[in-house]
Amino acid sequence: MMRLELVKRPQRSALFSALSPFIAFLLTIIAGAILFALLGVNPLNAFRIYFIEPISQIWQLHELAIKAAPLILIAVGLSVCYRANIWNIGAEGQFILGGIVGSMIPVLFPQFEGPLVLPLMLLLGMVGGAAYAAIPAFLKTRFGTNEILTSLMLVYVAQLFLDWLVRGPWRDPQGHGFPQTVQFNDSAILPELMPESGRANWGFVFALVAAVLIWILMSRMLKGFEVRVLGSSPRAGRFAGFGLNRMVFFAFLLSGALAGLAGISEVSGAIGQLQPVISPGYGFTAIIVAFLGRLNPLGIVAAGLVLALTYLGGEAVQSALGISDKVARVFQGMLLFFVLGCDTLIHYRIRLIGFAAPKLEAAPKLEEAR
Amino acid sequence: MDITVNILLTIATAATPLLIAAIGELVVERSGVLNLGVEGMMIMGAVGGFGAGYLTGSPWIGLLAAIALGALFSLLFAVMTLSLATNQVATGLSLTLLGLGLSGMMGTSFVGQPGQRLPNLDIPGLTSIPVVGRLLFGQDPIFYISIALTAAVMWFLFKTRTGLTLRSIGDSHTSAHALGIQVIRYRYLAVIFGGACAGLAGGHLSLVYTPQWVENMTAGRGWIALALVVFASWRPWRVLAGAYIFGAVWIGQLHAQAFGIPVPSQLLSSLPYLATVVVLVLISRNKRLTMMNTPASLGQPFVPDR
Repeated sequence: MMRLELVKRPQRSALFSALSPFIAFLLTIIAGAILFALLGVNPLNAFRIYFIEPISQIWQLHELAIKAAPLILIAVGLSVCYRANIWNIGAEGQFILGGIVGSMIPVLFPQFEGPLVLPLMLLLGMVGGAAYAAIPAFLKTRFGTNEILTSLMLVYVAQLFLDWLVRGPWRDPQGHGFPQTVQFNDSAILPELMPESGRANWGFVFALVAAVLIWILMSRMLKGFEVRVLGSSPRAGRFAGFGLNRMVFFAFLLSGALAGLAGISEVSGAIGQLQPVISPGYGFTAIIVAFLGRLNPLGIVAAGLVLALTYLGGEAVQSALGISDKVARVFQGMLLFFVLGCDTLIHYRIRLIGFAAPKLEAAPKLEEAR
Repeated sequence: MDITVNILLTIATAATPLLIAAIGELVVERSGVLNLGVEGMMIMGAVGGFGAGYLTGSPWIGLLAAIALGALFSLLFAVMTLSLATNQVATGLSLTLLGLGLSGMMGTSFVGQPGQRLPNLDIPGLTSIPVVGRLLFGQDPIFYISIALTAAVMWFLFKTRTGLTLRSIGDSHTSAHALGIQVIRYRYLAVIFGGACAGLAGGHLSLVYTPQWVENMTAGRGWIALALVVFASWRPWRVLAGAYIFGAVWIGQLHAQAFGIPVPSQLLSSLPYLATVVVLVLISRNKRLTMMNTPASLGQPFVPDR
């Protein structure tokens, strides 16, 4: 019988800090190969279809950017929360509210056209997401309510609210009864970046800009320092005069606004109208992106592209091999598991020891002490 | 009269999975571990229970499979957080995400298939007693397990030495370790117990509540169970009360929808989630109550020094 023992390193290992996402990815590939083999599929063939074919043509890279944009936008916001040890896990709900509030203009005022429409929509989307995120922040600061549970519960409420809107008051009267709003007019559609080669829209640019801005905030500005201090040692932060309550609001509003921006970008870019479901779980997958990217905005860009590929790969194996596209979720879950496990290597050395060994070692010492 | 009995019976059916999952998580949290993967373990229990029942034709084997799968899945969490000292919040979240994905994949071929249902208790002479007969002697077997489990956990935590040890670990793992208590071993057992309970709760959903497989059929019940533990301030009997209140809310909104009350059905469907938020706010307003009862080392990783 063997047992794991953790030995604390004197300082965090820079080597494993850099390597751990790659080790985690490798382990996921191995576990994935086993999974495919169990499903009766040749793993090599499955991996080719899963990871290589979806990005072998230019237009497919555009699809990758479309999927990566919301993941990156949400995850950079979440990284600030998690650094501050504040657990916003309701980004999915903030994404939806951003989509809803931003859509107010094209749905309620379809005649309103012009260059002002889109900036207003994006702004409203951010406001919607931030306002929705303010609820758990307020409850946490005012009553000490656990933000994990409240932010998550609000996801279900947001999903039902959207469902009600598109089936009820906002349903397109000319939509043949389909639960959806009117198609947005042209000035409410997020333009494509390079229409001649694919569908990717400005959402991806927003994501990259947000990542760079948050990176500057976190590494070059006092606020970023405040986030890190309060996250690693709230007591030290209090002595430094940093307000924990202010930080809760800051982190929630920032991540909510970014999730809201992702929501309205998705609705006005990739979809073009509101539907009962506007997200394949971006808000939850972004949690994985944030951790895979080591809570570092630039790492998150890379992680977002990887996780976007898992979505595309899931669709690809479903159509090519008849495997459920839920396989994407499994890959994402396994990846997060392995990342978290590998992160242990940054702070600890792992020793394998037999059960009997430490007892033999300890016994004589005890005798000596007597 | 019959309607009242029927409503009470459906409330019990809705409350049972919440109660079982929450009681399991209560033991886990009393040992100082926060497992946010309840939803994931529950859905694994649901798919495992349905699958085993469907494939073997026996709901009882389904029940055992649900428990086993929940426990097995929690073992993953235990290895990560206890042996590798990973962040409990993040690991629990990933357990939920993985469980939702894995169950969806495993259940692809089960969608739309008729499931097995655990038979209700039927004792000749007793079950047919008017009114109380069906309430006391005519429910599904898991209902009785849930009540017995609550009583057993109450007795275990507050009347046995092992229970006391478990609680002391939850309050201060360093002191417990200094006293020579095997902190990690206790926590492993607590986490696996919690997983088995969550699996059983999931099995109740797919073997009693709605004997079929629907993706994401737990619908946030695992998270509500987590909230129940906070609401109950880590007391088993309050978990029981809370689970029945939530069962009543759940059934109340279903009945309201069926009666065609002129309120959007989506608003009614969101009531259990809104109620959870409200209840959490009410309970956390009382800072002293929460402070006094929260296991002090809840959620903190522990690495034994030597």
